[in-house]
Amino acid sequence: MSARQDVLGRIRNNRLPAKVKPEVPDFPRLAKTDFLPQFRKGLEEMAGVLVDEQPGDFAAFLRSRFPNVKNVCSAVPEFVGNSTPEEYSNWADAGDIDVAIVRSPMAIAETGSVLLSETDLRVNTIGFLAHDLVVLLDPADIVENVHLAYRHPAFRNTAYSVLMTGPSGSGDIGGRVVHPAQGVMTLTVIFWPKI
Amino acid sequence: MEPVNQAENAKLFVEDREHERHFDRLIWAMRVARDRAAAAVPEWEQLRDLASETKEHVLSHLAEYLEQFEESAKRNGVHVHWANDAHDHNQIVADIMAKHGARTLIKSKSMLTEECDTRRFLQTRGIVVTETDLGERIQQLDDQPPAHIIGPAIQKSKEDVAALFARTYGSDPNKTDEVYLAQQMRNHTRPLIEKADVGMTGANFAIADTGAIVVVTNEGNADLSGNVPKVRICSLGIEKILPSNKELAVFIRLLSRSATGQPISQYTSHFRGPRKDGEMHVIIVDNGRSERLGMEQFWPSLKCIRCGACMNTCPVYRRSGGLSYGSTYMGPIGIIMMPTFDIHRYSELPFASTLNGSCSNVCPVKINIHEQIYAWRGVMDQKHQINLTKKAALKAAGNILSHPELYQIATAMADAALKVLPHFAIYNDLNAWGKHRELPEPPKQTFHQWYRHHRLKET
Repeated sequence: MSARQDVLGRIRNNRLPAKVKPEVPDFPRLAKTDFLPQFRKGLEEMAGVLVDEQPGDFAAFLRSRFPNVKNVCSAVPEFVGNSTPEEYSNWADAGDIDVAIVRSPMAIAETGSVLLSETDLRVNTIGFLAHDLVVLLDPADIVENVHLAYRHPAFRNTAYSVLMTGPSGSGDIGGRVVHPAQGVMTLTVIFWPKI
Repeated sequence: MEPVNQAENAKLFVEDREHERHFDRLIWAMRVARDRAAAAVPEWEQLRDLASETKEHVLSHLAEYLEQFEESAKRNGVHVHWANDAHDHNQIVADIMAKHGARTLIKSKSMLTEECDTRRFLQTRGIVVTETDLGERIQQLDDQPPAHIIGPAIQKSKEDVAALFARTYGSDPNKTDEVYLAQQMRNHTRPLIEKADVGMTGANFAIADTGAIVVVTNEGNADLSGNVPKVRICSLGIEKILPSNKELAVFIRLLSRSATGQPISQYTSHFRGPRKDGEMHVIIVDNGRSERLGMEQFWPSLKCIRCGACMNTCPVYRRSGGLSYGSTYMGPIGIIMMPTFDIHRYSELPFASTLNGSCSNVCPVKINIHEQIYAWRGVMDQKHQINLTKKAALKAAGNILSHPELYQIATAMADAALKVLPHFAIYNDLNAWGKHRELPEPPKQTFHQWYRHHRLKET
């Protein structure tokens, strides 16, 4: 008998009396006008940075935020960087990227999270092997909470997606959360309406 | 194998007062943060009910949901494997690696792979395994198991980590700044991540209707392990299934808030299929879970989502350290899970509890943990797993506590005796409580004497 048959057989032999699946409400509570401040609060609590106005000169903005960077990898049409995700056919090489720029299709007010999927990143590793990550977000794409967020088609259609909330962090040494962990060192979200 | 002597192990831990206080402070801070986070969500108790009911529904239809998950995952191009036990699981990993001629593996933290002792299994076969979670890597470098489900190295001070990194990485032993130490880890591990042949993750949840594996991390370890190498392996315990994303939302809202008080972790990652030029394997692991499903009293521990809230609130865990349990899972949840793996080896664990019920009160999926701990004590008695000294002491205590008059006489006599007895007569092997603590000054009168004197007089 295969392990599959063994496992399923034992589960069926030890079956519990059937319990009904509960209905999960969406728990809407916030007014639409509260989405933005709540998103900011959530993101900043997790050490993310919010820029709530589209910079007039984005190149100058990047130079001031990330001085001396050599490789800006852009996955967005709004800015031409030094490289594009497609140049990283070996996904492990994305560690050479100083700043990656990507657009998020959705964010969550409740938690300050941004959604990034393989469609947005194009090469998944640019989202966490890069030193710093800049995410463009249309404020109209913020949903209220996690329940509503999980309706986004990316969770059903893409092979990889992540809800990212602040930069990579660890509290494993002495309980103090620090941000040179394994992923990006900083996460900057810029409110930038879609073209 | 001899039973794990949790009390004896705890003795070593409490002897180091500085570490004991540091650990207690850190763990309690997580409990306080959890309370604050829970209070900020008006529907918190409703979410706990939903989570508990969802888990019970899934466990009562587990075979069907596993089959649905398998079908969805295969449709997404995932290779699905089934493992009866830890050895099966480890062999499947080794076989996948052999097929690819792979010699190096990077991992994100996974309690299931700890349970299966996967790292040791692979290392004895010449595979270099690198843990990418900072805490887990610290424990790997120190050849120790995790001391906490979500904070494996939380028992160590930053001075301990500085000394360890100096020994293993050659860093400055006098630099104890957390940022410096975390940077050391990043500098040494990043190159190993970028060159690894295969990546491995556990699974916090698996979604039956989409075939997705969901992994929650603070560092992005699953994203790195699951995306940098072309071959990805996910280890999945059979109880981690959820019907759909609708239910997943409930658990994502509860998990990090219960664990650390954060509204959500930095990375909630969803792996539905392989990258275009890669492979994805899911190993569905039983390892005793299906048998536990048939245990009338003990199946609810299968609802656990590994948040660690029960540990953070447990006074025994906080003052005896995670390693004292000598087991993969520690604290209250460990007490009720470990005897299902080996009843003799973990027969002492159910006594490492005050039965105060706080663990059950904070559990996000409403497992009746303290009632199960009590029930396990009964099982240990029935199965003759309690040593004679403990059994005699429990019998004497049972007699006294079930006879109020006898109890009042005994407490009055004990208080009187404590005032006159010499030190050796109080602090000896029969007084386990007094081994590491001074007894409090005995009161002038017992509560009953005080009550008779003050309250009964008034009426």
